[in-house]
Amino acid sequence: MSKKLIFEMSSVGRTGYRFPDLDVPDLPLKDQVNSSLLRESIPVLPEVSEVDIIRHYNGLSKRNFGLDSGFYPLGSCTMKYNPKINEDVGSLPGFTNIHPLQSEDSVQGFLELIFETTKSLSEITGMKWGTLQPFAGAHGEFTGMKLFKAYFKKRDELHRTKVLVPTSAHGTNPASATIAGFHIEEIQADERGLVSVESLKNQLTDDVAGIMLTNPSTLGLFEKDIIEIAGLVHEAGGLLYYDGANMNAIMGKVRPGDMGFDVIHLNLHKTFSTPHGGGGPGAGPVLVSERLVDFLPVPDVKKDGENYFLDYNKADSIGRVSGFYGNMAVLVKAYAYIITMGSDGLKKASEYAVLNANYLKEKLKGTFHLYYDTTCMHEFVLSAKKMKEELGISALDIAKGLLDYGVHPPTIYFPSIVPEAMMIEPTETESKETLDYFVKTMLEIYQKAKDNPEELHEAPRNTPVRRVDEVMAVKQPILKWHAE
Amino acid sequence: MFSYLPQTETDIREMLKVIGVNSIEDLFKDIPVEILKKTPLDIPEGISEYEVLKRLKGLSEKNRQGLSFMGCGSYDHLIPSVVNHVLQLPNFYTAYTPYQAEISQGILQSIFEFQTLVCELTGMEVSNASLYDGHTAASEAITMALNTRKKADRILVSGTIHPNTRAVIETFFSDNPVKIEEIETKDCVTSLDALRETIDESVAAVLVQTPNIYGWTEDLTGFADLVHENKALLIISSNPMSLGILKSQADWGADIAIGGTQPFGLSTYFGGPSVGYISTGTKLTRKMPGRIVGQTKDVDGKRAFVLTLQAREQHIKRQRATSNICSNQALAAMASGVYLSTVGWNGLKTAASQSFQKAHYLYKRLTEELGLKPLADQDFFNEFTLIIPEADRVLTDMESQGVFAGVGLGQFFPDQKNAVTIAVTEKRSREEIDAYVDLMKGVLK
Repeated sequence: MSKKLIFEMSSVGRTGYRFPDLDVPDLPLKDQVNSSLLRESIPVLPEVSEVDIIRHYNGLSKRNFGLDSGFYPLGSCTMKYNPKINEDVGSLPGFTNIHPLQSEDSVQGFLELIFETTKSLSEITGMKWGTLQPFAGAHGEFTGMKLFKAYFKKRDELHRTKVLVPTSAHGTNPASATIAGFHIEEIQADERGLVSVESLKNQLTDDVAGIMLTNPSTLGLFEKDIIEIAGLVHEAGGLLYYDGANMNAIMGKVRPGDMGFDVIHLNLHKTFSTPHGGGGPGAGPVLVSERLVDFLPVPDVKKDGENYFLDYNKADSIGRVSGFYGNMAVLVKAYAYIITMGSDGLKKASEYAVLNANYLKEKLKGTFHLYYDTTCMHEFVLSAKKMKEELGISALDIAKGLLDYGVHPPTIYFPSIVPEAMMIEPTETESKETLDYFVKTMLEIYQKAKDNPEELHEAPRNTPVRRVDEVMAVKQPILKWHAE
Repeated sequence: MFSYLPQTETDIREMLKVIGVNSIEDLFKDIPVEILKKTPLDIPEGISEYEVLKRLKGLSEKNRQGLSFMGCGSYDHLIPSVVNHVLQLPNFYTAYTPYQAEISQGILQSIFEFQTLVCELTGMEVSNASLYDGHTAASEAITMALNTRKKADRILVSGTIHPNTRAVIETFFSDNPVKIEEIETKDCVTSLDALRETIDESVAAVLVQTPNIYGWTEDLTGFADLVHENKALLIISSNPMSLGILKSQADWGADIAIGGTQPFGLSTYFGGPSVGYISTGTKLTRKMPGRIVGQTKDVDGKRAFVLTLQAREQHIKRQRATSNICSNQALAAMASGVYLSTVGWNGLKTAASQSFQKAHYLYKRLTEELGLKPLADQDFFNEFTLIIPEADRVLTDMESQGVFAGVGLGQFFPDQKNAVTIAVTEKRSREEIDAYVDLMKGVLK
C-alpha cells in the first residue's frame, strides 16, 4: 500500500499545536509595516491533528530501515551502533537552549567541550590542532583544500594547482578540491590495489599541490608504502590530505600524523558513532599538522588559565567555513563517545572492526569473488562479475535480494575500479552471531542465483515498495506534491 | 567492559582460527612497524555510562541559560513536543542516506514533503533535500548563478546581509577569480540606486537578505527588474518564519531563495544543527546542489520516492559536480517538516504575527518610554536594532540578571559598537517583555 503524504491527510480547520494567546496589543499589521511588504499568497500547508502527525511519521519510520532494525554493512559508511546515552546527553537543556552569540562567559561549557574534543581528536589522529566547524565530511575536505591554498599562497607557490586523487577515491574528494580551485589528476592503482609508487613519481611535477588519500583505501587495504609516498610528496613540495572516512580501522593503532599527513577530516557520524540521521546532520572536523595550524578557520577556541575564549585574531586564517561553530549537537555526542570509549576502548573498537571484517571476508570468499585476496582492514570488496557473467545475477540483484532478509545491503558499484563491486563493512559493534547470519544469508542468495535466478531479479518482494523506476524519476521529475 | 563491543574471548579465538592468524595484531601487519602506535593514545581510559552522564551534565551546567532576546540568525521559538518525539524514532535517526529506496521510503517521503513545504513557503518551484545552514546555502546559490552565467565574474552582495554569511562566502570564493563586491546601503537597507550604479552584465548574481542583519525589512520593489535587465540572478535570503506574514522570495521575483530553517522546530543549540534551504525555478533544477528526492513508481505501479537527478552529484560527476555536498541535514530538515506540518499555515501565521506584535510592543516601550533611538527608521519583522549607550556594559548587566538582552553588533561592525539587535519571538510572554523593560530602565544610566 502506498502511504499518504501529509498533505493528503489534511482537513481544513485541524491543527496539531496550540500557541498561547497573544497577550500584547493585537494591532493591524499594515499600521506597523509598509503594506507592500505583506504576503498575499497563501501557502498550502497540511492541517492535521497531533495524532495524525505522530501516526504519519510513525508509519513512515516503519517504511524505513535503520541500524536499530538490523545489520547495516554499508561499506565506507561505518554504520556502527549509536549509543543511547549520547542521545540523552545531546538533549540536555544546558546545551539545547544556548544561543550562538551569547557572551563567552556564558558558554564556557561549550567552549570547553570544543577545546577538549579538538584536543582528543588531535591526539587520535596525531595532528597538532583543528577545527570542528565543518558540517560534514565533504565540508571538511573543502576546508582542508582551502588550507592547502592558504599554505601555498603564504609561500608564494600558487602555481601549485594539481591535486592527485586515486581513481578509487570518494567522489567528494575531486569535487571538493575542484571548488577550492585545484584541478584533479587521477592516480592509478597497481595490481595490489594500492597507489603505484612508480607512476606517482611521474606525477609529482612542479605544479603539484598534494595528494588526497584514504588509508586504508576504499578497497579496505592499507597503503603499505605510505611512508615512501609521504616522503615523495613532501620532497616534491606538496602536502598530504587524509580522507578520514576509514579512520575506524586504525584508532590507537597508527595515526595519520605519524604516516606523514598534513590535513585530515574525520566523519564523526562514522567513526565516532553519532547517528547519520538519514543523511545528516553529520560533522567533519579537520585536524592539521604544525605547518598548517596558522591557517585554520576562525574562530579558534583557546584556553587561558581556567577560561576558554574564542580567538578571531588569526592573520593567516582561511576565514569562516560555517555560520557559527558547526553541528554542535553532533559534537556533543561524539565527545560523549570518546570519553566513554577512552584510549583503550577506541583501540579495541578498531581492532574488532578489523577482526569482524576479516572474519566475514574469509567466510564469504570461497563463494563470492574476493577481488584483492589479502588481509583487509575494516572493510573488503567482493565482485559479482563472475556471477553476472555465469548466472546473470548482478551486485544490484544481490543487494535487492538481501532486502528481503532484513539486512541492509553493502555499498554497491563503488569503488568503480572493481567491477560489480560489493563493499562490506561490518563494524565492531556487530556480534559473531550477526556476522554468521549474514554469511548464511549471502550463501542462500548464491544458491538462489544458481537455482532460481528469477526470484532475485524480482527481489525485493517483502519491502514497503519494490524496485523503483529511477529512469522515470529523472525523465519526468516530480519534486514536490501538487494540490489536485 | 565495553557495552558496544559484543566480542567474547571465545568469539575472538574462533574468529582468528577461521581467518588463520594467531592474534589480532597479525591483522595489522600491513602497517609499517616504524609508524605503528606503540604507546596508548594520550587520552583517559574509558568510563561508565553514569560517569559520562555526570561529565556532560557538568559541562552543560557551565553554560548559562537565560531569557533570550537574541536573534541574528538563531531564534528561541516554541517547539511542539511532537517534533522531538518524531526525531527519536530510531529508524529515522539511525539510518544512512536513503540509497536503497525500497527500505528508505520513510526518509525519502519526509524529504519530499520537506521539499514541498519549502516551495510553498518561498513560492518557488523546486527545492533540494537541504543544505548545511543558511550561510553555506548562500555560497551554493552563488555557485548556481556562476554556473548559469558562465561569462559573468562579479557577485554583488548587499552590505546588510548577515556578516557571517558574508564571511562564509568570502572564504568560499577567495581562491576563485570571481569578485565579491558590496552594494552600498542607505539607512541600513540596500540601496536600489547604488545597485543601479554598479550592476551590468558582468554580474552573475545579486544577494540580498530580508529581514536583514539589523532586523529591518528590505523593500525589494524594483530589484528583480533591474537584476534581470542585466541578465543576473536575484538571490534572496530570508528568515523563513518571516514568510508567515511577509512577502515570499517568489513574490519579490527572486531566482533563488535561501535561508536557514532553525526557527522551525530546532533549538538554538549554540548555532547547530540548523538547515539550509534552497529553492528555485524549474529552469535551474539541474544546477541545484545536493540531494533531491523525486516521485516515481515501483514495479507494481505503486507510488514511490527515490533520490533523483543524481547526474549533478559528486558520486557520479566527481570534479564536474554542481557541488561537493554529500551528507546534508536530513534529520534536522525533518524537524522543520514536522514543525510546519504540525502548526499548519494558521499556526505559522500565529507564530510569525505574534513574534511581530511582541517585537513591536517591546520596540514601542523601549523607544517611547526609555527614549532609546533606533539605528534607522525602518520597518521590521521580529527584531530591530537600537542604539544603546555603553552597549557592552548594559548587555553584561542585563545578563547578570538572567536576560540575554540582544546581540551587540559591535562584534561584527567595529564602528557600531553601541548598536544592539533585539529579537522577540512568540515564546516571550508580555510579563517577560515588561520585565525586560524594567530591567533595562534600571541598567541604563
